[in-house]
Amino acid sequence: MSNTQLNIISEPDVAAIPDVETPSRESHAHFRWMFIALALALLVIPAFVYPVFLMKVMCFALFAVAFNLLLGSCGLLSLGHAAFFGAGGYLTAHAALVWKLPTEVAVLLGTVSALALGFVVGALAIRRHGIYLTMITLALAQLVYFVAMQAPFTGAEDGIQNVPRGTLFNIIDLKNDVNLYYVVATVFFVCVLAVYRLLYSPVGRVLRAIQGNEARAISLGFNVNRYKLAIFMTSAALSGLAGSMKAIVFQIASLVDVHISTSGEVVLMTLIGGVGTLFGPILGAMVVVMSQNYLAGFGEWVVFIQGLIFVLSVLMFRDGIVGVISKKIGRPL
Amino acid sequence: MLDLSGISIQVLTGQVLIGLINGSFYALLSLGLAIIFGLLHIINFAHGALYMLGAMFAWLLLHYFGVSYWWALLLAPIGVGLFGVAMDRLLISRLRDVDPLYGLLLTFGVALMLQSLFQGIFGSAGLPYDIPRELRGGWNLGFMFLPKYRVWIILASVSVCFGVWYAIEKTRLGSYLRATTEDRALVSTFGVNVPAMVTLTFAAGAALAGFAGVLAGPIYSVSPQMGVDVLTIVFAVVVIGGMGSILGSIVSGFGLGILEGMTKVVYPEASSSVIFVAMVLVILTKPSGLFGKY
Repeated sequence: MSNTQLNIISEPDVAAIPDVETPSRESHAHFRWMFIALALALLVIPAFVYPVFLMKVMCFALFAVAFNLLLGSCGLLSLGHAAFFGAGGYLTAHAALVWKLPTEVAVLLGTVSALALGFVVGALAIRRHGIYLTMITLALAQLVYFVAMQAPFTGAEDGIQNVPRGTLFNIIDLKNDVNLYYVVATVFFVCVLAVYRLLYSPVGRVLRAIQGNEARAISLGFNVNRYKLAIFMTSAALSGLAGSMKAIVFQIASLVDVHISTSGEVVLMTLIGGVGTLFGPILGAMVVVMSQNYLAGFGEWVVFIQGLIFVLSVLMFRDGIVGVISKKIGRPL
Repeated sequence: MLDLSGISIQVLTGQVLIGLINGSFYALLSLGLAIIFGLLHIINFAHGALYMLGAMFAWLLLHYFGVSYWWALLLAPIGVGLFGVAMDRLLISRLRDVDPLYGLLLTFGVALMLQSLFQGIFGSAGLPYDIPRELRGGWNLGFMFLPKYRVWIILASVSVCFGVWYAIEKTRLGSYLRATTEDRALVSTFGVNVPAMVTLTFAAGAALAGFAGVLAGPIYSVSPQMGVDVLTIVFAVVVIGGMGSILGSIVSGFGLGILEGMTKVVYPEASSSVIFVAMVLVILTKPSGLFGKY
């Protein structure tokens, strides 16, 4: 059994520092090939698979990558990420439908609103550590849920429906699924690449240091809270972007997107794929979205199966699929 | 204070009463969370599901075996406690050496399973549970009507909370428990069976949640999702109170229930979110919580 630790406990415990991989130039050179493979796959796959389904996978994959940016690289477990995902979706839907803003502006607005919300939630949550931080994110997300339920513009139970997809830059017609697919795929690819660059930048190293031993990072002179807040906001903004794109793809923003069950799903995706890996959350999102499609006939039992997978992966498979492969080949993935 | 001239005394006392009832549940649930956290260092995300399980057991006992409310009040918490023993021994105990966040995720999964299991069997509609005959009706106090069952909830919750506080602070078993929280290795050298104690603590916390569930059955209907919203509120209560002290969780549970009731009088739209707003204010002014030690 692996002794993977997320190490979010506040006390400095030198003995408990996990074996955080120290990335060197050589050890992550293979990422270039991974990204080339990803780009090729994104390019070719709509010829074989229904594009709307692929877009759903990519929205959730980006959401999970954003979530894992917080948990995997900094050890902060948020159980309120649906708030950012949903807020982005609502703002984008409202901007596109009621304000009649162009799609790209609407999506940008959704992302910025999630960023702002991330600032508020993050600034409050990082005042506590570990489990308390998790509970604060959950409670604040519940507050956002209440707002979404009561606010005049969210349409309560109905959500915001018939959101227009519009045309990108007045050139590309997004009502066409394939056009929209390539736009979403581009955004997705660029974001994952950006996350990769961030993780292997000096900032990424500081985040790993904070995760490994926060007290030591402070004593080395790093303004730990500023780093935590910055990564929280980045994660929130990317989650908001994912939610915004989902609102455009499915032309609806609804209460499900801000509900705690969505926050739980993104944790599950990350856990299945592998916490702290770059490609794990993407694979995890794929597995979860696919299983939801296949198990749709089972109704309520889908949640039961999800719960069971949660329990089993925590007990026996804490590294996740990509985490296991990464350990086997001795390289980060 | 706000201008109370426009608010009748009936409305005010009525809402304070409802606040006290909600507070009774917050106190019982946050107390259970706090004692579990004290020894196991995990946040039990299945606590809301265990509360639901208590109510469900009571309903099943009545519906299939004709067991009365009073027996259910004893049997259902025992059942939930035994479920807690199984949960700790089979699942949580395997995670003692890993980060406590995994314990949180595990109990989250258990909560999903329990809730969807009952939803799959009984549907999502609420199942009615009648108020026991002895507690029907109420007293007319002149300025308000005081239902007996509501008084009973408050009395039962206060006495159980006091009993738990007494058991932990004043008895020998409680002193073992407190000692184990401080230094588990030292306590085990004195011959105390620490693993059994940990399981017992989890079972006790679970039983408290089950007890709250049975109490809740007759006033809120019994439904698979009944624990979901209350759990989030209880988390906020726990953040506000801090989990360092037993008395702290009891006081903040009741206090926040009353705050919620009062808000319903003054500004009803905010009543569902006032506790979360209070949480934000506490985090800003005293991050460790009102009664928290760390």
